[in-house]
Amino acid sequence: MLLRVLSTFQIEFAIALRNRWLSIAVVLMVLFSLVLAIAGAAPTGAVGADRLSVTVASLTSLSVYLVPLMALVISFDAIAGEIERGTLPLYLAYPVSRGELLVGKLSAQLVLIIVAVSLGYGTAALVAFWFSGGDAMDGLPALLRLIWTSVLLGAVFLSLGQMISGLSRRPSAAAGLAIGVWLVTVVLYDLGLLAAIVADDGGGFTTDVFPWLLVTNPADAFRIYNLAASDAVGAASGLAGAAQSIALWKPLASLLVWVVLAAGLARGAFERVEP
Amino acid sequence: MTMLQISNLTKRYGGQAALDNVDLSIAPGERVALLGHNGAGKSTLMKMVLGLLPPSSGTLTIAGYAPGSRSARDLTAYLPENIAFHPALTGREQIHHFLRLRGRSAQEADGLLAKVGLADAARRRIGTYSKGMRQRVGLAQALIGSPALMVLDEPTTGLDPVSRREFYALLDELASRGTAILMSSHALSEVEVRTDRIAILSKGRKVADGSLSKLRSGADLPLTVHIHPRQGCSPQIASVFPEARHAGEILIVDCMQADKLGILARIAALGDMIQDFDILPPSLDDIYVQISRSAA
Repeated sequence: MLLRVLSTFQIEFAIALRNRWLSIAVVLMVLFSLVLAIAGAAPTGAVGADRLSVTVASLTSLSVYLVPLMALVISFDAIAGEIERGTLPLYLAYPVSRGELLVGKLSAQLVLIIVAVSLGYGTAALVAFWFSGGDAMDGLPALLRLIWTSVLLGAVFLSLGQMISGLSRRPSAAAGLAIGVWLVTVVLYDLGLLAAIVADDGGGFTTDVFPWLLVTNPADAFRIYNLAASDAVGAASGLAGAAQSIALWKPLASLLVWVVLAAGLARGAFERVEP
Repeated sequence: MTMLQISNLTKRYGGQAALDNVDLSIAPGERVALLGHNGAGKSTLMKMVLGLLPPSSGTLTIAGYAPGSRSARDLTAYLPENIAFHPALTGREQIHHFLRLRGRSAQEADGLLAKVGLADAARRRIGTYSKGMRQRVGLAQALIGSPALMVLDEPTTGLDPVSRREFYALLDELASRGTAILMSSHALSEVEVRTDRIAILSKGRKVADGSLSKLRSGADLPLTVHIHPRQGCSPQIASVFPEARHAGEILIVDCMQADKLGILARIAALGDMIQDFDILPPSLDDIYVQISRSAA
């Protein structure tokens, strides 16, 4: 079993390298991280946080948008592409299970996310150390946390992308649906919550329902966890109050549950594909 | 012993029967061609053999195993119709992957690619291959590990006549070593005489199953005789053959198998008036069209 997963991993990784997905993802992450690390560190003195924590706060806000988008772009073709090329019935006629295929693909795509995120955030860390030296050490735990939570967030959206790929069966339809899912979960969801809070004007929705809705969304869970886990980062983001009103374990649990849930959804969608 | 045993196989989509009570068995070393129009149920049948589609009713076994079971998949090779592999991979990488999925050594790849005539292109990306070359990659993966049962869906489309001949030579070699082969085609002329048996599907039902000569006599189609008259003798010949159609100078007469000698005698009686004549047996495609039509 391991050999078949490993072979699928290898072939998918080779395809990602040739398609330049890896180089595009790395360049994108490094570029954005550099810009934020250099330009986004101006308010250091005012909030009393070290330079790296400030950078991590900016990176958190960026990653909420960029990591899910990157993951969906990498994964939307996973099943629909095999259907289009006519290779899916062939693979399924081989002594390999659908689960093994999916795990092989997911792990290869996850490595892309890990490499891109580590190199991008690492670059930001280097810039922070360059400008402020040892002081930036204070922000190191926050940076590491940002890296592994980004990988979790990436895993969630990779699986969602695979689910979309299995449901839509055509790459073009899958691409459209992926953009739609990104827009709803990352952009419109927050806008909707904001509108509801304004309309509610401090009523029961804001105090009872809103925190749960915020934690249920994997992107928001990622943001809250990173902002709440470090005082300095929370302070630098100016959202410390909002973030710390929710217990720390809730967003983390939400993120972990989503990783498993999304993988299950992808597996379910793949099971229903009749080659 | 049979390698593939299909009995009373039916597949329904909604109320529509894609396959209706089909029986088919293939022995080891036997080459069976499955013919039918588009939508006759060929691909549906093949996908059920591979365990990709569940049957609505009926039974199907591969060397005694259930289709789609681990043992059945280990024994079966498949070449899908119109396969296009990922353009970013080289032929060699793709075959490496298929070998590893079957738990075999990746070192067999070069031998397999050489066997299908892709030794020189092995390190090039599949994106640069022609349609025929992609088909050969598909064939190379189907050859992995001398399978006990080979399922080939329209394998010769996209192959030029020379490649087609090489392809049939490969099948002969496999069959002689005991591989049971089920291949589909939409034309009888495509499968030539390189198959032991021909099964014809029409609208989901099996309407014929037998050797080519058996099908030929069963169809009982007329021969066509082309008569070339000598200069100015056309009217006399036309009076002897009132049933003839005229195509320019040539007279065309249809003749049933049983009347062959009678027609020859009439031609011989005309002697010098005839410059030349040809007797054409019904073409393979005529036979195929006749059988699938008479069944409908």
